[in-house]
Amino acid sequence: MSFAWAKQYEPKTPLMKWLDEKLPLPRLVYNAVGAGYPVPRNLNYMWNFGVLAGFCLLLQIVTGVVLAMHYAANAQVAFGTVEHIMRNVNYGWLLRYAHANGASFFFIVVYLHIFRGFFYSSYKAPREMIWLLGVVIFLLMMATAFMGYVLPWGQMSFWGAQVITGLFSAIPLVGEPLQVWLLGGYAPDNAALNRFFSLHFLLPFVIAGVVILHIWALHIPGSSNPTGVEVKQESDTVPFHPYYTAKDGFGLGVFLILFSVMVFFLPNALGHPDNYIEANPLSTPAHIVPEWYFWPFYAILRAFTGDLTIPFTGITLIPAKLLGVIAMFGAILLWFFLPWLDKSPVRSGHYRPLFRKFFWFGLIPAMIALFICGGAPAEEPYVIISQVATAYYFLHFLVILPIVSQIEVPKPLPFSITEAVLGKDKAPAESRAGSTDAGTPGALPEGSLQPAE
Amino acid sequence: MTIRLGGIIAGLAITAVLVLWSLLPGAYNLAFGPAPEQQPSYAFYEHGEGPEGGFSFDGPLGKWDMAQLQRGYQVYKEVCAACHSLKFVAFRNLKQLGYTDAEVDAEAATWTVPGIDPNTGEATTRPGEPTDYFPSPYPNAIAAAAANNNAVPPDLSLMAKARHDGSNYIYALLTGYGEPDPEKAKKVGFETPTGLYFNKHFPNVNIAMPPPLSIDGQVTYADGTKATIPQMAADVAAFLTWTAEPSLIERKQTGWFVLGFLLFATALAFLSYKQIWAGVKPRKG
Repeated sequence: MSFAWAKQYEPKTPLMKWLDEKLPLPRLVYNAVGAGYPVPRNLNYMWNFGVLAGFCLLLQIVTGVVLAMHYAANAQVAFGTVEHIMRNVNYGWLLRYAHANGASFFFIVVYLHIFRGFFYSSYKAPREMIWLLGVVIFLLMMATAFMGYVLPWGQMSFWGAQVITGLFSAIPLVGEPLQVWLLGGYAPDNAALNRFFSLHFLLPFVIAGVVILHIWALHIPGSSNPTGVEVKQESDTVPFHPYYTAKDGFGLGVFLILFSVMVFFLPNALGHPDNYIEANPLSTPAHIVPEWYFWPFYAILRAFTGDLTIPFTGITLIPAKLLGVIAMFGAILLWFFLPWLDKSPVRSGHYRPLFRKFFWFGLIPAMIALFICGGAPAEEPYVIISQVATAYYFLHFLVILPIVSQIEVPKPLPFSITEAVLGKDKAPAESRAGSTDAGTPGALPEGSLQPAE
Repeated sequence: MTIRLGGIIAGLAITAVLVLWSLLPGAYNLAFGPAPEQQPSYAFYEHGEGPEGGFSFDGPLGKWDMAQLQRGYQVYKEVCAACHSLKFVAFRNLKQLGYTDAEVDAEAATWTVPGIDPNTGEATTRPGEPTDYFPSPYPNAIAAAAANNNAVPPDLSLMAKARHDGSNYIYALLTGYGEPDPEKAKKVGFETPTGLYFNKHFPNVNIAMPPPLSIDGQVTYADGTKATIPQMAADVAAFLTWTAEPSLIERKQTGWFVLGFLLFATALAFLSYKQIWAGVKPRKG
């Protein structure tokens, strides 16, 4: 797809003409992230994180493939080979710290990307498929990151694997055999380590595949924008290249500066010291905590402390552990239904006064509380705080959002992106009356773009 | 509409289960239930600080103090190595501490490592070589446990990274031995169990390791530094920081080069971004 005014790729040299006829790869790139992709001109920095997430995936694959050349997935030697990487491999410490912190930064970037989607309702029609694929990517990322954390075979690796696979044992009837089947034994050992390594190597390429679908789906309706008003005309857009390649390039620089500060000066700040102790099945750490990016969901898991019983009969309907597992997975799976839960025709949170209040004073504080409680030991007051925050989390998405989208009176939207940017838009009157998303080629309105020399 | 109705019902159901079966009983228990039991030892734990003035390698501009690392190595060799292994460090790594090749050869030879008799193939011992790793004081974990009242002395290679704020923790632990306040101990009925030692900087204050640094002058430093207990503790903590992360200083120095380059490149990227967008009126507000 493209807008009617999108620039067409024109091969200039005979070689490129020949290539374009046989395999139009340059054309594909030109239309995907080149001058042939018109993008709303009003994107703010929150629209930078898609590109950064793609960069993180690339960084993880490159560092990970090299690390795999020096690592051995065997419970006897895995911990030692990681130390071998740190001590004997040339710049092995840089590779490993970049990979470990790269995972954290990947999640930071993706969380910002997701919350951008929440605030600007990027999940709404016509972009549901982009959103659904994005949730799939996030689930794959969580699986990949969890298995990657097991590979150094430290104490947290081992006990994390024990706890997370133990979640499956909560499933009635098949739970226990399922856990044994997943681990290849009764506890994490060589069989588990080997298969986690295999899958940890495979899944990033699966993610890359879904990312391609994610971007493909994005190019059908084009990028959303902070006003939530769809592109109407050429003056609403600028070509991706050079405008957004330049802007994203600056964003990438800022990202790399922050990333380097962590890698070179605080490489272990986001990790847990216990993972520098070799896995020991006979010694349980005082507090088993997952990596920080799982904390909000870990808090939801642990918020369910009581079995669901029929009062005064002593009959247990659902044990607390299973409730927690259902809630934890449900907390992410409900994102799949967001496009249909939020029916407000207005996308951007800027024009939704009531929604915005619940976002900033409800969802964000609840997520922060869940984050803190997930990393804290399971004791008061953290348990009660995590329960209140979990309750709000589900109410926000499943109850508040559908009701707010029904009763809210949105603020008036600008006619077009051009009007939002320039304060005026001299679009023809007829297109104002019956606005269309098809774009109106013809006379260029004021404020249309000429690339700067 | 069905999805929204289903969502509202599901949301209210989850919240009801959470509030009625988990939150309210928990809150009731917190308000009226028995207070959670506290180990009496918690009253004696004190958070430990590092040595006065910090370590030379602290901070983004930190550097190794080679003389200190060499003194720390001496403390490890003469005190810690009796019980603790250092399995991820090889003798060749000592070159990083400022020793020459000949000194490393000589130092390695002062250690006895397990070997194989080339004629009979039987297990034997031989002097260490630079390529050898530091030998364990015990043949295996069972022997280590048997010799130490069932507590296996941990390997020290990564100790400075395996504890929160490890360098300072090691220093605090080595200087934290003593006796609990007798009046306070009597009041809460606290007693250090037999076979354990009181250490106010150890998480549960009862540690299996006897005080390794017990008197000033326990080692004799070649460089004439007075071997007080805090001095030896700081030196060995610095040495164990090096064993945990030999690339620490190289890492920080590389970081400055990388940051310098990135700041320059990002400034250029910012300027080109501004120039490219100069023809487009920026978004208001």
